[in-house]
Amino acid sequence: MDFPLTDPFFWETVIQGLLFGGVLALLSLGLNIIFGVIDVVWICYAELIMLGMYTIYFLYSDYGVPLPLAMLAGILVVALLGAALHYFIIRPILHTEPINQLLVTGGVLFFLQGFATLAFSVEFRNLGVSFGSIEAGDMYIPTTRLLAFIVSLVAVVGLWLFLKRTYLGTAIRAISQDRDVMPLMGVSPGKIYLVTSALGGGLAGLGACLLVLLYDIHPAIGLTFGPITFMVCVMGGLGNMIGGFIAAFIFAEFIALGGFYAEIEWGYVIAFAFFIVMMFIRPQGILGSKS
Amino acid sequence: MLELKNVSAGYGTFQALFDVSLEVRAGEAVAVIGPNGAGKTSLLRVISKVIDLNGGEIAMEGVSLNDVPAHKIIEMGIAHVPEHRRLFPRLTVEENLKMGGFIASARSHFDERLAYVYELFPRMKERRHQLAGTMSGGEQQMCAIGRGLMSGPKLLLLDEPSAGLAPVIVQQVFDLVRRIREEGYTVLIVEQNIQQVLKVVDRAYLLEVGQIKMSGSSRELLENDDVRRAYIGL
Ligand SMILES: Nc1ncnc2c1ncn2[C@@H]1O[C@H](COP(=O)(O)OP(=O)(O)OP(=O)(O)O)[C@@H](O)[C@H]1O
Ligand SMILES: [Mg+2]
Repeated sequence: MDFPLTDPFFWETVIQGLLFGGVLALLSLGLNIIFGVIDVVWICYAELIMLGMYTIYFLYSDYGVPLPLAMLAGILVVALLGAALHYFIIRPILHTEPINQLLVTGGVLFFLQGFATLAFSVEFRNLGVSFGSIEAGDMYIPTTRLLAFIVSLVAVVGLWLFLKRTYLGTAIRAISQDRDVMPLMGVSPGKIYLVTSALGGGLAGLGACLLVLLYDIHPAIGLTFGPITFMVCVMGGLGNMIGGFIAAFIFAEFIALGGFYAEIEWGYVIAFAFFIVMMFIRPQGILGSKS
Repeated sequence: MLELKNVSAGYGTFQALFDVSLEVRAGEAVAVIGPNGAGKTSLLRVISKVIDLNGGEIAMEGVSLNDVPAHKIIEMGIAHVPEHRRLFPRLTVEENLKMGGFIASARSHFDERLAYVYELFPRMKERRHQLAGTMSGGEQQMCAIGRGLMSGPKLLLLDEPSAGLAPVIVQQVFDLVRRIREEGYTVLIVEQNIQQVLKVVDRAYLLEVGQIKMSGSSRELLENDDVRRAYIGL
């Protein structure tokens, strides 16, 4: 093996990891905002992404809707699903034992997976869109990956600005700190939760737009991205969006570099092992606070 | 301005207020005094509709609040500065003030009211980018009152603004309340620091175990033997 720092494949791998990290960061964002604000973990988060991918796929491939419009529709559909998930399923049990929320969203996961299998069959589908690669020196970077990375970063910054600058964003941060005082500010907590759920869904929908360009669509794709998204969120400190952002890149590099030195599966094994070790060292996550 | 008639309220099966009637006229400052657990906080909470009204009537400027939900009360011109201040600890001072001016009708006045609050409390301007949870108790109280003013209310409900503060700061808080009064706000204040609060208000009600036991001008209550014996320790 060459000395890695002079090996272009090594750098290509590092960059692939970085790009994948951007996508993971975006995926973790929606889950984190839901947990941080509503204190509920959407176990079925990746299944919402799966439905978004199918929406885009069918609109584009079967109905000939232009891709950007199909993607916009995908985001809207998943945003609505997020709001519906909150309104019909989470809200009635919001003030009961936390285990109920895990069970019920876990149930939704299996329901959506089963539904997708029945409705769309187990067939692997591919959008078949390719934008080629960008050549930089000796390296080849797939354009879709670069695009996904840029979109992720824009979404992260956009969300940050929204939370920091707008009234609604400030209220979303405020409600996570003191829910019961919100009515005194003229804010209905139920409405903010609904908006936050739609926002979390919308972020899952945006994730679907990126994944649909990169991967095949099938009913179990949620299993590929769900666990890793959870691990990223937990490692960053559940609900902590900056922590999740950092953890996403750490995870992605582990996977990419593991794949460089051995097989990509080893990358996942090493990343998961690292996750377990981290849980012993910092159970509250990289930036999470104790409790 | 604010009128309560035979108001009852509580928590589940526990009744905290019995047949409470009280009135606050425009421009007045009125105190509700009473011992721990008398129901003072519950009284302000039922006005804000944070707890349910079980009987009686509440009206603001002649408009019934009975069917108004909690998050619409502020739009009726009532700002509630709650017990223990309840600032958002991980928002900055300015963001807390922004939350006070959240309602649609307040947003176009944000800059002017922010300037007004900063003029009233220059300390808040110095601290505007500080996280509210890291400020001293007195500063937090200023911020909480400032947050209450951001919606441009007619009536300010203050729940024990002096609680948990050092004696010097307590004095400052009452000076603050006096300034708020002079600014023309109508104030309903709940306090346990009876001697101090009676110096800044026009009238007061004495609340004991959820019932109004006495009412009158500040002077009448200050000079009442029972009040002096029970609450002022003379
Ligand atoms: N959330 C609640 N659930 C049940 N009972 C409550 C609740 N809050 C208050 N109470 C009860 O209602 C009664 C009145 O309480 P309240 O807080 O209104 O008194 P207070 O006069 O404000 O007392 P303090 O001076 O200590 O603040 C008390 O007996 C209290 O135990
Ligand atoms: Mg109280």
